[in-house]
Amino acid sequence: MNGILLQLFQDTLVVLIAPLLLGWVNQCRAWLQNRSGPGVLRPYLNMVKLFHKDAVLAHNASPMFRFHPYILFACMWLAASLVPVIATDLPLSPAVDVIALVGIFALARVFVSLAAMDIGTSFGTLGARREMLVGFLAEPALLMVFFTAAAISHSTSLTTIVETLAHKQFIIHPSLAFAAVAFIMVLLAENARIPVDNPSTHLELTMIHEAMILEYSARHLALIEWASALKLLAFTTIGFALFMPWGIAEAGNWGALPLALAALFIKLTVAGAGLALLETISAKMRIFRVPEFMGTAFLLAVLGLLVHFLHGN
Amino acid sequence: MIFASTLLPIDVTFGVIVYWLLLGLAGLLLQNTRAITQYIFPAGALGALILAAAALGSLGGAVNVAVLPLGLPDLPFHLRLDALSAFFLLLLGAASIGISLYSAGYFRDMPGNTLGLLCFEYHVFLASMALVLMADDAYMFMVAWETMALSSYFLVTTDHKVPEIRQAGFIYLLVAHVGAIAILMCFGVMQGGHGDYTFATMRSAHLTEFWSSVTFLLALFGFGAKAGILPLHIWLPEAHPAAPSPVSALMSGIMLKTAIYGILRVSLDLLDAHIWWWGVLALTLGLITALFGVIFAAVQTDMKRLLAYSSIENIGIILVGIGLALTFHAFEKDALAALALTATLYHALNHAFMKGLLFIGTGSVLHATGERNLGKLGGLIHHMPKLALLMLVGALAIAGLPPLNGFVSEWLLLQAFLLSPGLPHSYLNMLIPVAAAALVLASALSGYVMVKFYGVIFLGQPREKTLHEAHDIGIFERLGLTWLALGCILLGVFPVFVILLIDPVTQMLLGQTLGSTAAQTGWLLLTPIQPERASYSPLILFLIIVVGVIFTIFLVKKFYHGRLRRGPAWDCGFPEQTARMQDTAEGFGQPIRQIFEPFLGVTRIVPSPFDKKPHYHGESRDRLWNLLYLPIARVTEKISVMVGKLQHGRIHVYLLYSFVTLLALLAFIR
Amino acid sequence: MENFSGQLINLFAALLLLISFGMLSQRRVLSLINLFALQGLMLTISTVIVAYSSHQHHLYYSAALTLVLKVIILPWILHRLMRKLNVKWDIETLFNIPTTMLVGIALVVFAFNLAAPISMMGGAITKSTLGIAMASVLLSFLMMITRSKAVPQVIGFLAMENGLFFAATSATYGMPMVVELGIALDVLVGMFILGIFFFQIRETFDSLDLKHMEKLKED
Repeated sequence: MNGILLQLFQDTLVVLIAPLLLGWVNQCRAWLQNRSGPGVLRPYLNMVKLFHKDAVLAHNASPMFRFHPYILFACMWLAASLVPVIATDLPLSPAVDVIALVGIFALARVFVSLAAMDIGTSFGTLGARREMLVGFLAEPALLMVFFTAAAISHSTSLTTIVETLAHKQFIIHPSLAFAAVAFIMVLLAENARIPVDNPSTHLELTMIHEAMILEYSARHLALIEWASALKLLAFTTIGFALFMPWGIAEAGNWGALPLALAALFIKLTVAGAGLALLETISAKMRIFRVPEFMGTAFLLAVLGLLVHFLHGN
Repeated sequence: MIFASTLLPIDVTFGVIVYWLLLGLAGLLLQNTRAITQYIFPAGALGALILAAAALGSLGGAVNVAVLPLGLPDLPFHLRLDALSAFFLLLLGAASIGISLYSAGYFRDMPGNTLGLLCFEYHVFLASMALVLMADDAYMFMVAWETMALSSYFLVTTDHKVPEIRQAGFIYLLVAHVGAIAILMCFGVMQGGHGDYTFATMRSAHLTEFWSSVTFLLALFGFGAKAGILPLHIWLPEAHPAAPSPVSALMSGIMLKTAIYGILRVSLDLLDAHIWWWGVLALTLGLITALFGVIFAAVQTDMKRLLAYSSIENIGIILVGIGLALTFHAFEKDALAALALTATLYHALNHAFMKGLLFIGTGSVLHATGERNLGKLGGLIHHMPKLALLMLVGALAIAGLPPLNGFVSEWLLLQAFLLSPGLPHSYLNMLIPVAAAALVLASALSGYVMVKFYGVIFLGQPREKTLHEAHDIGIFERLGLTWLALGCILLGVFPVFVILLIDPVTQMLLGQTLGSTAAQTGWLLLTPIQPERASYSPLILFLIIVVGVIFTIFLVKKFYHGRLRRGPAWDCGFPEQTARMQDTAEGFGQPIRQIFEPFLGVTRIVPSPFDKKPHYHGESRDRLWNLLYLPIARVTEKISVMVGKLQHGRIHVYLLYSFVTLLALLAFIR
Repeated sequence: MENFSGQLINLFAALLLLISFGMLSQRRVLSLINLFALQGLMLTISTVIVAYSSHQHHLYYSAALTLVLKVIILPWILHRLMRKLNVKWDIETLFNIPTTMLVGIALVVFAFNLAAPISMMGGAITKSTLGIAMASVLLSFLMMITRSKAVPQVIGFLAMENGLFFAATSATYGMPMVVELGIALDVLVGMFILGIFFFQIRETFDSLDLKHMEKLKED
């Protein structure tokens, strides 16, 4: 019963704070670029604005196009609510392990790309193609990062991984250093952040994610933006779960929850600022450098797994 | 009731084979399009249903053996129905129900005489595949195998007036026969000089390590030629597009699996020695095949060729599973081997459904539009919404996305990889994570391929005017497609039941099962080892996504005014959008072509800016063709020229040849 | 405590390897120099840890030497060289980076298997460090092979020495001080000579691209 309550609490929490994280990252970026910034609440206001507008659909939009924002939102919500954010005993977590989690991200990506191709505009297909290009290397890289953690904890269940890494005897795992670098690269690519994609332009040469959602408006667009925020939150919390799981409450330990919540907010603040810094100091890559970048991430993750096995023997 | 108690499953399955042959003959005699499509093909589907039911019933039951009084004197045909045969018969039956139903609708416009012949070949093909799976001696096996190759050859060359199709058929027949020779030699080695070609003798024979390895390699080569393992894959992308779609579906979905059956039969059942490098070889070949298949699939522009390359990829994945199972088995880690083998068989079953669905779906597209070229399709979701929905299931399944079936088998296979360390071989321990990475890469790329496949055919704007007249599918086609799509969903959502089905097979081959562990926390949760190590519940996942979607729609409906307008597409304000500005199949595959250019032999004709009629042509060719096959062809030609010199036309020289041969033989036998 | 320092050495060994891979996949010369300095720093820290845990005091001197030479002097010289020669171009690699890294991964596997029996024999602090040291030597070699410009090649050469040094500390608690000093001097002198060569090469060919050296062969 308590577990279900916790699950519901986490579901609500993630969906509410996701835009806040996005706002915080944007605000930090603005500060780093000597701008005053739109304020951390901007994403919420944007969404309210979008929810007020009339939706416009292209004449030849099929049901696929209309239906997709809901699927995307549901997938990302599910993903964000599966990660042990504040406590490990989530009743949903046995149903979906890390491989299935990567599968959910892939499902969302395939739907995004298909919806982008639905109208049949040049930008839409361009975005879909580039998204799949990033995805086909990011997905295995992410999986390999997870495998490194899974090999350490002998489990692909995210809760077991967190419990092993956070609550068992403290051991330094060198393989995680490789995994962490690879993970950050994947995070940047998957969330359309700067060296790979630029979330704040509509420039033909650079855009990936924005090109795919050009035709969306009003409520559909709001849902997609919200889903992107949820994805960023999901990735950030996955990063916490794998590389700094300290503070996440153990199963059944209800007293630790407030502390876990505080730890989460501190970590999110720091990580958001770090992400903004990373985006500020790096430059957007040419699109054909992206496969190289992602390939490097993938190989680093493989190397992490390899280093784990090498150390183990 | 007495009758029912004496009716063994093997009688039923053999009965279905005879029934199919009779149906084929009836079709040949009738030559009436209406009768064949409305009665014979549905009746064939009924036979498939009975076959599947009988196979299902005999899975886990006792082994049935029968001896047919047919064949040569003193060389009767032996039949046997054990768990391995039953599983593959189940696969054959279950998938061909959908394909036969579909055929009933698909061939409705074919002239009666052609269709009569096709109906005969089709049912002979089905029957011979079933016989291959039930054969219990090398003689029966080879007869059935050759019948299968020949009937499918005639099916591939249904449109024999087209030169390309004749050529495709020739390549297919050639590779099939080279493979068949290897299989024959493999059986020859295995009987070990006893002169008895029953499988029972082969099982009890003990070969030395060397001869076991020779047998394994011959089997891998022979069956690999049928399955399309690199570098023997060349016939696949030629033959599949040439054949009528239901036939492609049968060949890709089921016939390739008979080759997998053969590899499993020889390596795990008939041979008693198990050497670790067999598994490593199969694993490596499988990985190369999978990556090769998927990269080539990504750059194809013909929808059936694309699917053919995707079949190569899936065969590669299956071979990876076999390799893993063989490696574990050789190191006596049978529980792990059972996990890998379960994943393999699961994937084989899945692939029969997914690829069957996609191939017959392309048949409907071809039927409605007359186009196989992806670059001339598009926007079919508006004209063929039912087909689009069913094909979406197939595309998502084959892309390995949860909660559908392709994901489950890949999940199981990855679990087998993750559990593998601890093999007593240091290089092997390091090979395995790298292999897992390559496998994951292949399956991620298959997502790319399927987005391209589905998006270019069904989404966007129609690229040709004629597409507006495309009609949606009829009732039989819909039934067939729905059956296979339902299979994809159910196999994906209820994995524990499927694993319980596979259990008798792993019990028979390895003496270990996965079912009891997999179902330890009930049928809802799939737990291949222990619940805390790994668990997956597609049903819950599916339900949560559905509930999430409904809940979101409900909330949006409740709080949003719901106003909606239709307008022209925005596209960053660019006003003159035409269908030609969308990505074609070439464009969509361009990043892959760019990245993997060294592996693809790319030829390109790029127009200059001053061309009046600009024409772009790009082609990615298989380099193996130039590197491997053409040299072989050249050498063969040279040898045949040399042999040709023996031909003088003078009769006494020929007599001399015979005389020398006779002397040599006498000397040899002495 | 013994166990913990072992883990720390393992961690730094892994970081060393990570930096080796970073250098392999880096196009810019400036970043390459910074990575080289970072690798020197990792080497210093791990040497200090080895010294502390094994109570080998002479290793403290090696650590100090590493710090001064490889973290401060050599990168400074390289930076100066860059400024003097005015070369801040992107490096072009001969092969594309993922392929190079793939070869690198194969080398790592090879190095570990090679080192496994040796580290079983020797009294190394941790078993895997020798493998990592060997791998970074091989990776640096690979880097020298795949680069066409002179500066990255020199950095590869220096990184190779890093790997050797790490092998020495982790496997046998360092070399005798005299040898170490000698090597340090060699590296320094080598650096100067190469620096002079750079100027010569550029004066002759107007470029630091080593492809031009092909012209020197006799026809």
